[in-house]
Amino acid sequence: MSVVSISSRTLRRKNWTWLYFLLPSIAIMLLFFIYPILLTFFYSFTNLALTGEAAKELKFVGLANYTRMFHDPTVRISIWNTLIFLIGSAVIGQQVLGFLIALLMKHKNKTFRRIMGTIVLAGWVTPEIVCALCLYSFFGDEGTLNMILSFFAIPQVTWLFTVPMLAIILGNIWHGTAFSMIVFQAALDNVPSEIEEAAVVDGASKLQILFRITIPYIKQTITTNMMLVTLQTLGVFGLIYAMTGGGPGTKTTTLPIFMYNQAFVNYQLGYGTAISLLLLLLGIVLSLFYIRSLKE
Amino acid sequence: MKKANRKWGLLSLALLLAMAVGCSSSGSSPGSGTTSNEKGNAQAPAKEGSDKGATATAKKTITITYRDDGIGEKGVLYKWIKDVASRYPNQEVEIKPTPIQASEGDYFAKIALALKSKDTAPDIVTEDTFMLNSDASAGFLEPLDDRLKGWEDWSNGSFIEAMKKGVTASDGKIYGVPYNTDSRGLWYNKEIFKTVGLPEDWNPKSWDEVLSAARVIKEKAGSDVVPIWMNMGKATGEATSMQTYEMLLYGTGERLYDEASSKWIVKSAGITEALSFIETIIKEKLGPPLSKVLNGQAGNTATREYLPKGKLGILLDGSWITGNYLDSGAAPWPEYKDVLGFAPMPTNNGQAPGTITLAGGWALSIPANAQHKDEAWDFIQFALNKENTQKLVIASGNITVRADVGKDPEYTKMPFNEIATDYLKNAEFRPAQDKYPEVSTQIQSMVESVASGTSAADAAQKYAQDVTRIVGQDHTIEK
Repeated sequence: MSVVSISSRTLRRKNWTWLYFLLPSIAIMLLFFIYPILLTFFYSFTNLALTGEAAKELKFVGLANYTRMFHDPTVRISIWNTLIFLIGSAVIGQQVLGFLIALLMKHKNKTFRRIMGTIVLAGWVTPEIVCALCLYSFFGDEGTLNMILSFFAIPQVTWLFTVPMLAIILGNIWHGTAFSMIVFQAALDNVPSEIEEAAVVDGASKLQILFRITIPYIKQTITTNMMLVTLQTLGVFGLIYAMTGGGPGTKTTTLPIFMYNQAFVNYQLGYGTAISLLLLLLGIVLSLFYIRSLKE
Repeated sequence: MKKANRKWGLLSLALLLAMAVGCSSSGSSPGSGTTSNEKGNAQAPAKEGSDKGATATAKKTITITYRDDGIGEKGVLYKWIKDVASRYPNQEVEIKPTPIQASEGDYFAKIALALKSKDTAPDIVTEDTFMLNSDASAGFLEPLDDRLKGWEDWSNGSFIEAMKKGVTASDGKIYGVPYNTDSRGLWYNKEIFKTVGLPEDWNPKSWDEVLSAARVIKEKAGSDVVPIWMNMGKATGEATSMQTYEMLLYGTGERLYDEASSKWIVKSAGITEALSFIETIIKEKLGPPLSKVLNGQAGNTATREYLPKGKLGILLDGSWITGNYLDSGAAPWPEYKDVLGFAPMPTNNGQAPGTITLAGGWALSIPANAQHKDEAWDFIQFALNKENTQKLVIASGNITVRADVGKDPEYTKMPFNEIATDYLKNAEFRPAQDKYPEVSTQIQSMVESVASGTSAADAAQKYAQDVTRIVGQDHTIEK
């Protein structure tokens, strides 16, 4: 009896101890993370505006921002653009390319790995806005790409105007591939070489080894990386804003750009927060989807 | 163990407290040097004996916020404020420029945020007249009607009467004193006109004459000359709305907003006609390449590159573009006075009043949250008297809002000043409505879609839907 009570007391005491340690960080989380999210949620039901009549007094407008969102054709276009950008640059581009680079660099000599790695990493360590400016001057009308084309007497293309989505997707691939490459390099290095050797002895082809052994072995990493890259890409703003500004028209208007335009160009903060929640929802749905597939 | 626990508990509590103190905003501290406390302010020693009080009164600091586009102390406004402040007779106040570095669009957002709070609101703020109404109805600005009554210059005809409309909000009150304005018209390259056999003293009487001149240029001037350039993209923002679409729409006699019924006009023959004009230019390839005109730099490309290099025949743009060509400008071009002509924009069929221009401009306003309203008002009266206003508009290449400056030889000898001021006779303003900035965004989308090949009818229909969604069904009207 007494033993039990002592142990339970120590247990309880232990419980308290971890709480002491966590309190400051919980408080910070509450203050700087949970509270703003709740506030955003609250503001999305109001007519919050930066200027104009609405800025005078905050009014509760119910679901007005949300109904407006459902009737706004640009929202649909923005979601669509966000998904194209996501699948093109993150899921296909960064993942596949990052994986391929990591795979090709496996078992190569150190110097080669180092040089290649540095080149790919250069895009990633460059700050987003610097990256965007480089890409702008690469794809621009009088940009590097067109200069190269005209050198070979190939007709010039106004990249940022005719294929803007392709331009920002390529830009984001260049900027972000290194992250996936590093993750996959680490994962591939952990694949035991004995299994692969055994497979070779059993007469499996290279492709069979890749699809039957290597990929299933690093499935966990693939899903985790997919989730990280997806969430990073959903929030990409600076790169697109600096390269195309969301244009021409709405061809590259993704949700973050659309949100910015509503909040800080049209001064409709309430509507902007409603759109930001849509973005949050999209992130949550995709994350849940990845987590579930991870469990399987 | 217990002791240790308590220690941890205390420690984490202390941390929490520290954080709470750190996060609670210290409301009394001046946000950006905008408030001047009686104590602890570094101040120039007040003149001994000049004040009767036993204690030396602190100098009051009047802050002026304006947009700095990145050139800092080289900026026209900065130099002007410093100059005016140095000659300001009242030595009891110190005039301090507190610029905001931002692009034009961001400036409005940053101003709105600054005006919200007593801690950050300046004493005087420069307001673009198109945002004046929004900021006034948000309660950010001080109505100036009572103060203006006591200012002789305001009522004795020194100010051009039409310019007072630009600073009047929808509640009928005046919220700023204008210090410059602008007009819009057709800039054209006389050398190109001469080469293709068009009159060097060009004065088109209708839209058809503008188009036929462009056709002649296209036919005879060679393929590297753009016949006519207008801003047509979303990226050029307000320039597309005002310099292009509104110049056309108002030229048809239609307006954006029906003052009589207080409703936005979402459908009218004028809208279709204005869009058809743009459509014609695109279809007949009389305009600039789309990739050049649909990006944010389009305005600069036209004024700083195409026009000076003789690659552009006609440009529908504002009176201020010559500021680029001064020695202090972004693209010095001494010959501009002789090469360029500035023709008024005709109404579509030449009907009365014959020509049309929209006017914008900037004003000095006093924020509702300003600390020293009276001192600010006194300074505004001094800063915007004839002499000081004249210095400012000459240095910046803008048009004056004062009739007496408009007659001054010093001002009229600047090329195009007189003619640009003359166009203001028929000046129209953008609707002083809250929703205007949002409607303007829809205008830009509409114009850009026509430029990209959508038909005028489809674009007009989408505009009607979009505007209806923004302002509400009961605030729209079809004509």
